Amino acid sequence: MTDTSHDVASTSLTTQLGGQGSLEDYLALLKPRVMSLVVFSGVVGLVAAPGHVHPWIGFIAILCIAIGAGASGALNMWYDADIDAVMKRTASRPVPRGAILPGEALGFGLALAIGSVLVLGLLVNLLSAALLAFTIFFYVVIYTMWLKRWTPQNIVIGGAAGAFPPMVAWAAAAGTIDAGSIALFLLIFFWTPPHFWALALFREGDYAKAGVPMLPNVAGRPETKKQILIYSVLLLPVTALPLLTGTAGMIYAVGAAALTLNFLFHAIRVFKAATREAEDRLAKKLFGYSIVWLFAVLALVLFEHSFALPLFKAFI
Amino acid sequence: MNTPAPKVPVQPFSPEDLARRKRRATAMAIGLGLLVILFFITTLIKLGSGIMERTM
Repeated sequence: MTDTSHDVASTSLTTQLGGQGSLEDYLALLKPRVMSLVVFSGVVGLVAAPGHVHPWIGFIAILCIAIGAGASGALNMWYDADIDAVMKRTASRPVPRGAILPGEALGFGLALAIGSVLVLGLLVNLLSAALLAFTIFFYVVIYTMWLKRWTPQNIVIGGAAGAFPPMVAWAAAAGTIDAGSIALFLLIFFWTPPHFWALALFREGDYAKAGVPMLPNVAGRPETKKQILIYSVLLLPVTALPLLTGTAGMIYAVGAAALTLNFLFHAIRVFKAATREAEDRLAKKLFGYSIVWLFAVLALVLFEHSFALPLFKAFI
Repeated sequence: MNTPAPKVPVQPFSPEDLARRKRRATAMAIGLGLLVILFFITTLIKLGSGIMERTM
């Protein structure tokens, strides 16, 4: 009896004090899966940028971009803890689970955000640091605090935050913002709506329960399917931009065209789905394929710059 | 009849909490150490050959 009361008292006190989170909980705050995409797109921006960057400086740039992305994730989880708690997909995140107090997540996120921007500015260049600071601001303030709870166009405009990393890395390597880096930005920017709306289609109930105005629960499923199709069609000319700006070559052109036509094929199938069950099933397929598409398209740019172009130059 | 005073826990953190805290502190120390190395190596790289041309 005494032991039990002591345990209860200890538990409530430590919960108030915080300090309960494990290293794994703090790692989860950084959204490692999102971070892996950010790192990959950053590496592509770094390699595709004109000029030469010292590998060590390039490594620091990618490290800072990764930590900045992690900071954005932690600040997002701090602000969205109320929404996360009612959504099945996010209920087990450290803040709604009670493993980390909101204030701890806020402090952790702010420290990493300020640290990553400072280190990038001090060790690499000021333009890339300013872009990283803007990216974090855009994701946390513009997307998380404002757009996400206000408009069903949240992920269209908010998608810019996820599209900035290759531009930050490009600025770290070349010290400029060029047409090539804007092309990489647009590639991710136009990919984001069909990717997230596919998720929103088969997770519609979750978003509605949390009161997040996603397109399916505001404008309806037919409108969402139409918008997915429109953005998938727009991806075709956008995918050609790296080619037009000289960021990518013919290997990219052939590969990206095939990948994007397949993307369009998936989107048409979702658009034509007649039943709710078919919509959910095909939207899941589109969501999975959209991740593969982005990795593959960026990998083509990386391949051309790392292997194909140097090999081609060696022969002429 | 005095009501018994509420039990104040002697140690507010359980051994598991303390172990987690130690792991977090160790991770933070390693992170700070790596930051020092990061700055040191970058300084050498940025100075480059200029480090040999300084006035003694």
